[in-house]
Amino acid sequence: MLEIRNLVVKIADEDKQILNGLNLTVNDGEVAAIMGPNGSGKSTLSYVIAGKEDYEVLDGEILLNGENVLEMEADARAAAGIFLAFQYPLEIPGVATMTFLKAAMNAQRRARGEAELLTPDFIKAVNGAADKLGIAKDMLRRPLNVGFSGGEKKRMEILQMALLAPSMCILDETDSGLDIDALRIVADGVNALRDKSRGFLVITHYQRLLDHIIPDTVHVMSKGRIVKTGGKELALELEKSGYAAYVEAA
Amino acid sequence: MSVVTPLKTAAEQALSAQFAAAKAELPGALPVRKLREDAFAGFEVRGLPHRRLETWRYTDLRGLLREARPLAESAVVSDGVRARLAELALDGVRLVLVDGVFVPEMSTLEGLPEGLIVHSLADALVSGRDDLARILTGPGVATTDAGLMLNTALMRDGVFIEIAAGTELAQPVAIVSLASGEAERALFHRSVVLAGAGARATIIEISESAGPAASQINGAIVFETGDESDVQHLRMVTRHVPETVQVLSLLATVGAQAKFESFALVCNAGTLRQQHFVRYAGEHTQIGLRGVNLLGGTEHSDVTLVMDHEVPHGTSREMFKSIIGGEGTGVFQGKVIVRQHAQKTDGNMKSNALLLNDGATMFNKPELEIFADDVVCGHGATVAQIDGEQLFYLMARGLPRPEAEALVLQAFAGEAVEFVQDETLRGLVMAEIETWLGKREASSVVSAI
Repeated sequence: MLEIRNLVVKIADEDKQILNGLNLTVNDGEVAAIMGPNGSGKSTLSYVIAGKEDYEVLDGEILLNGENVLEMEADARAAAGIFLAFQYPLEIPGVATMTFLKAAMNAQRRARGEAELLTPDFIKAVNGAADKLGIAKDMLRRPLNVGFSGGEKKRMEILQMALLAPSMCILDETDSGLDIDALRIVADGVNALRDKSRGFLVITHYQRLLDHIIPDTVHVMSKGRIVKTGGKELALELEKSGYAAYVEAA
Repeated sequence: MSVVTPLKTAAEQALSAQFAAAKAELPGALPVRKLREDAFAGFEVRGLPHRRLETWRYTDLRGLLREARPLAESAVVSDGVRARLAELALDGVRLVLVDGVFVPEMSTLEGLPEGLIVHSLADALVSGRDDLARILTGPGVATTDAGLMLNTALMRDGVFIEIAAGTELAQPVAIVSLASGEAERALFHRSVVLAGAGARATIIEISESAGPAASQINGAIVFETGDESDVQHLRMVTRHVPETVQVLSLLATVGAQAKFESFALVCNAGTLRQQHFVRYAGEHTQIGLRGVNLLGGTEHSDVTLVMDHEVPHGTSREMFKSIIGGEGTGVFQGKVIVRQHAQKTDGNMKSNALLLNDGATMFNKPELEIFADDVVCGHGATVAQIDGEQLFYLMARGLPRPEAEALVLQAFAGEAVEFVQDETLRGLVMAEIETWLGKREASSVVSAI
């Protein structure tokens, strides 16, 4: 379970405050969507949960299963179960995708005091998960995300999510840059990971992703706060009426 | 008319005295003696290279050499030298220089493969072969360099390797040059590799110190490779004490339709100037010069290249990667000359540096001098920090910071190492890099606590 209480965040080197007392709870097994206009702080929220350093937390706490993660570095948060699917996955030239996947999986296992994976088990796990996402073997041999299309990068994010089996998945604008077929593949990949022990926070501008990943709850974010919470029908309502009413409410 | 006599530094005066005292006993037949005299006269006019010279702008040898150490006159085969040689696992032919002097009893001289002839440089210098002066002079572009002049004047020994035309050497030939480090000495050595037409060989050149005393090393290696030959050169400059001051010159004259590739790893090398002078002697020749510089402390690594395209259809690829921490300084000066007749030259030069902290410095100076009008030549020089976004991405997947940094740095260096063709040697280079990164990793963990 993810609980965010009164979170106040500014950009580290500037006075600009982005999150202004945000409260949010995502239960195990719940798919929560956050919608909101550009500049409302959605991506900042995802980065702050994952542990990016460019921000300063002025107040509040972020609890994962009751434990405050704000004191942890990004790697410790990942090992504790947080996974951020990036809006723009980074290209890492010179690091083969397989090398990276193995390093990540084993680092998390080490952090949790588990034995490292044996190579045959690792390869089996990767091949199985890659097949489901239609990821070609050739892509796994290439340097991580280098020269991948937008759709390939997003599929690679979901592959990592499947292999790392986090308890709290945050998807930051996962639909951006995807055509309708790629969107379906990615959404199917996410849906396959839905589980009563796993929470999802799906950040999006548009309702369209939520046609494929049906949320349990929808939150509207504006000016760094959650200003409205409802069921999946709220997303449809927003699509019709726009964000204007909520922006004013904030 | 008055003659202007420049003020000489203490080191320059000492070098003059050393040359005067040693020239009678330094090896060489008459033409070599003349070469030495001319070179020293050239040096005396110029003095030690200093920062007002464009080609030595970032490495002030005059300032660095406050005192000229006594010349090493013989090999001091210390316990440290023996221990290091025992642990150096290299396949193939091993030729050992200690303090710049060839040590036959520690070298592989029996059962050499057919087509491979090895002499000591000292023997070659007295042999009286009539092409010596040409070979030792190397490509014309190097003749006015005072560092090289000193080497010519004072070179004591080295190895002289001849690979007959058509010979394919299955295993590398390694020139292992150890400074004993028992006392502070000046080492002047030079080696020569002559590869005949169609010959294929890998030459490894290792420079290390085996003891605690800092050496002043002036080394040179001359390659003369024939048409359609393929010569791979791997240089590893490691395990020196931080006070070591070293100038290594590489002179290469490469034949037509030939391939010459050189890779240099520099780590724990103190102060080092590498200067490569390369001449294309025939058409359709491919030359690659690459390297990785890992610097920390107050280390200084200067890579200065002069690629002289005299003939058409030459291809050159240069790629140097520097990772600089502490108060280290990296220098890259790459000059590509494309002469008027050298049409269809294809050149690409890159120098990329990552600075790990505020105290680190990199000077990049790529230069193209193009006189032909139908060429493709490009260069790129970058200086950056480890990409924070990349680092966050890797950490967000669970990699601890040191491991994430090491992965990014290893990949950065690996881009150049990939060009080392021999898989075993590539592994050897990567292992050195990983060890260096590992030590860095440990220190950054300590500082984080």
